[in-house]
Amino acid sequence: AAESSESDEEDLVSYGTALQPLQEGERIKKPVPLQEQTVKDAKGRYQRFHGAFTGGFSAGYFNTVGTKEGWTPSAFVSSRQKRADRTILGPEDFMDEEDLSEFGIAPKDITTTDDFASKAKDRIKEKAKQIAGVVAAIPGTTAFDDLIGPSKITVGVELLRKMGWKEGQGIGPRLKRKPHRQKPDPGVKVYGCALPPGLSEGSEDEEDEYQPENVTFAPKDIMPVDLTPKENVHGLGYKGLDPSQALFGVSGREHLNLFPGGSEDTSNLLGDVRHSKGRKLGITGQAFGVGALEEEDDDIYATEMLSKYDTVIKDEEPGDGLYGWTAPKQYKSKKRSEREVKYIGKILDGFSLASKSSTPSKIYPPPDLPRNYRPVHYFRPVIAAGNENCPLRKALEESTGKLESDATQQSRHALNASQRRERLGETGLKGPAPSVLEYLSEKDRERLKEVKQASEQQMKAKMLPQQSRSSRFQPASPDDASHKWQMLLGGQLGNAGSSDFKPFARNPEKQKRYESFVKSLKQGEKDTLEHYLDPSMTEWERGREQEEFFRAAMFYKSSNSTLSSRFTRAKYEDDVDKVEVPRDQENDIDDKETAVKMKMFGKLTRDKFEWHPEKLLCKRFNVPDPYPDSSIVGLPKVKRDKYSVFNFLTVPEPTTSVTQVTNEKMQQNNSLNKPKKPSRWDVSDKEKEKKDAISEFISLARSKADVQQQQSPVPATEECGAGLSETLPTEVANEDKDQEEESRPSMDLFKAIFVSSSDEKSSSSEEESDEEQQPTTSVINSETTKEVDLPDTSSSNVQENVADTTDPGVSLLTASKQELDAAEEFGPKLPPAFSSGRLCRLLVRKEKHRKNREKHKTKREHKHKKEKKKKHKKQKNKGKHKNKKSEKDSSSDTADSSDSLSDIDTTGLSPKELLRR
Amino acid sequence: GSIDSTIRCWDCRSRRPDPIQVLDEAKDGVSSVKVSDHEILSGSVDGRVRRYDLRAGQLCSDYVGSPITSVCFSKDGQCALVASLDSTLRLLDKETGELLGEYTGHRSTTYRLDCVLSEQDTHVGSASEDGNVYFWDLVEGSLALSLAVGPGVVQSLSFHPTLPCLLTATQGQVQLWREETFQPE
Repeated sequence: AAESSESDEEDLVSYGTALQPLQEGERIKKPVPLQEQTVKDAKGRYQRFHGAFTGGFSAGYFNTVGTKEGWTPSAFVSSRQKRADRTILGPEDFMDEEDLSEFGIAPKDITTTDDFASKAKDRIKEKAKQIAGVVAAIPGTTAFDDLIGPSKITVGVELLRKMGWKEGQGIGPRLKRKPHRQKPDPGVKVYGCALPPGLSEGSEDEEDEYQPENVTFAPKDIMPVDLTPKENVHGLGYKGLDPSQALFGVSGREHLNLFPGGSEDTSNLLGDVRHSKGRKLGITGQAFGVGALEEEDDDIYATEMLSKYDTVIKDEEPGDGLYGWTAPKQYKSKKRSEREVKYIGKILDGFSLASKSSTPSKIYPPPDLPRNYRPVHYFRPVIAAGNENCPLRKALEESTGKLESDATQQSRHALNASQRRERLGETGLKGPAPSVLEYLSEKDRERLKEVKQASEQQMKAKMLPQQSRSSRFQPASPDDASHKWQMLLGGQLGNAGSSDFKPFARNPEKQKRYESFVKSLKQGEKDTLEHYLDPSMTEWERGREQEEFFRAAMFYKSSNSTLSSRFTRAKYEDDVDKVEVPRDQENDIDDKETAVKMKMFGKLTRDKFEWHPEKLLCKRFNVPDPYPDSSIVGLPKVKRDKYSVFNFLTVPEPTTSVTQVTNEKMQQNNSLNKPKKPSRWDVSDKEKEKKDAISEFISLARSKADVQQQQSPVPATEECGAGLSETLPTEVANEDKDQEEESRPSMDLFKAIFVSSSDEKSSSSEEESDEEQQPTTSVINSETTKEVDLPDTSSSNVQENVADTTDPGVSLLTASKQELDAAEEFGPKLPPAFSSGRLCRLLVRKEKHRKNREKHKTKREHKHKKEKKKKHKKQKNKGKHKNKKSEKDSSSDTADSSDSLSDIDTTGLSPKELLRR
Repeated sequence: GSIDSTIRCWDCRSRRPDPIQVLDEAKDGVSSVKVSDHEILSGSVDGRVRRYDLRAGQLCSDYVGSPITSVCFSKDGQCALVASLDSTLRLLDKETGELLGEYTGHRSTTYRLDCVLSEQDTHVGSASEDGNVYFWDLVEGSLALSLAVGPGVVQSLSFHPTLPCLLTATQGQVQLWREETFQPE
């Protein structure tokens, strides 16, 4: 057994490594289960078999170099010492070993280069190699490349090769014909279960002589090119649903795909290989499925619609029976060819007939020539005005159709604008008013007319006696007038009286007469003028009207042609035309005058207006604003026509009416007053105004002298006396001066006089005034002044006066003269009174005397009145109406007194009348 | 009041140089302007007395006829005294414009003379061109006093508002007049 065991031992063959003999008491290790085993990489790291770059995001995140954040940034290295060591880092520098390993992103293991890779990839290289192989010293060496080269060919290609496909060939069954002759005959319709391809193609083969029967060709490897330009904005290859397909009975393209017809042949021209390829197999289409080797499965969205099929067998056309889709192509395309027939000629290569004819351009007919148009211009012979060659003119007239009526208007330069306008047939200037009259308002025009007529009548009235004197039986002969006016107007009337001017628009008949009148006047018919006047009128009226017409015509002439061409009517309402005038005017004072005279103050003399004080003024017066809402200040105003003359004419001058108090006074004052608004502030001003600039100058100098006098410390009375004493020596000079004033000498002379010493000036001026006073005072003296309190004034008092000045308070007897002197010195710088002023005052005084006389008589009555007043004053708070009553009583009292009655009668108004008002 | 026929109201508080309101209703120079607490009374050479009532917002224009030289309110504010160049003073009711009294005897035909009312409204006074100052009884209308002031025209006249005291101006002299019983301290 031992021997056997030994031999056994020697014979034993052991495999593998024996397990370690178990130690005493040692447990047997449990093997780790597979799911619990963890993989380690070469470096002993768990579960990492790729680098950061290789593994994608998670790898980049979890397996990154070093830290969770990523690669450790390189520490800063000073470039001072290591300037040259700067290296350009590539991605490899950041890669792990795993990235660079066999399965990494950038393996550094040995790989097959392109040279050894599959040749199927690069066709050009292959070709180059083939050429090189041919050219090479040992031909055919390149053939070994295929053997040496690693087989990197895809399975599909390998399968194709095994099926006999070679690179460069098209895929598909081999063809018997030449590739370029492959296109199917469009004439042959394939329908339904078509003929077997062998049959159809066999027929074709017969035509091909030089092609061996047993030789087939591989289909050409051509990528079909789609040459239809993309014109829409759809995506590439998108084909929308054709609405024509959806319609019943309309054959769409799909239909024709099944049965390739005439419309297809254009695409056939391009050599649609795919088409031919597919069709080669025979019947194609969705209904039959797609062959494994066909590329027809592209049209997966094509829909089958019933409308694509014919549901009705149509009647066949009589004749050859070649109608419908089975008809030969030529027959079918007959209609189309009709259109194409239009173009006869050779179509250039690359060009084709347009399918659509371009829209014909619009043709405009040439303008119609006038009937009497003559293409050649000829000049008409000009005939001088007033020529006597009538036959020639007549001939011309016939030739031109009309002749210029007026020979004088032949030359166009002689025409004025309006005449030219008429000739041109233009309408007259509508915009501008033909006359100033139009600018006036209707009312004003009327008034103007009235005024005019009144003045005319006045003139007539003046003329009438003269005419009657000259020609007894013909008062205002119209002939005379017309001739006179015609002389005046002359030829100017030619353009007068065009239709826009209607001076007698208010009287249409008259206007009509006027128009015909003007027309006749224009034509120069002097004798027939009267025919246009109203025959029913009297001779005098007719004459008057004629003159009126003449005037109007002349007025129009002067205003129209000159004004209308220069002015244009304002387009917008112009505020400048209006002027603001107070709404309420203080009404006329004639009544007030009489009321004042009758001492009937109150309602008659009072005007009440609405008046708006300024707000600030109210505030300062500590008074509430009476019109808190109004924006007006002062009297409310209204707008009126600014250019209305009557706006300013109607304002009555108070001065003139005031002077109506007494008749004599009125007359005097009227003669003194200027028509312009005189200031009655000082009466002497009126005189001053009469002597305009020079007298102003004088007065200015005088007032200057007065100032100087006032400045002088000498007492006034003394000066007065001195002035009087000086009267005699300077009298002559004064007279001279007066003469100068009247003859209005040059200003230099005045300067020479007045620029001299002030003494002389003052004295002279005083003298003048004194001199002027002399007559006044004398007049005053001559009058019997019966005023009780007023002392008699006399020139003889002058000396006394000088003496009296020592006691000014007591001196009652002051001469008027003296007083005037004083006034000149101490008055509020009023210009010295002239003789006229004195006169006025004198008159006033006269009037006063008379009044005083009356006063004596009415004194009793006055007292009575005063008592009433007193009573009335007490009753004032009780009622105002009673007040009036008392006034009435007093007035009736005055009426009782016969003396005052006569006074009142001068006004022409009885007191009762006044009272009634 | 101005000779340019306007009355101009300035605001003294604002010191603006331009007037806040111009009353240009007068047709001629304004010779006299008096102001009460709510009225502006003016006399114009155009012969009208115009009273601008600020409280009522009214303008009352009374026609007198003769150029007006001076106007003044009575102390009770009910009447207006009007002096005009026809040598007449008129006392007009302010509200109605009625004539309450007429005073004549003095001479005022050329110059702008003043008229006054005494401190008790009992008398009416006016300067005159004859060198006197005349006083009338307001109610009676009768001449009460003629005061010879000077040889020339008494230009200005002013009555003390509360005392019987008169101030006159004539020929470069201003005179103060008191009652006879007055004893200067």
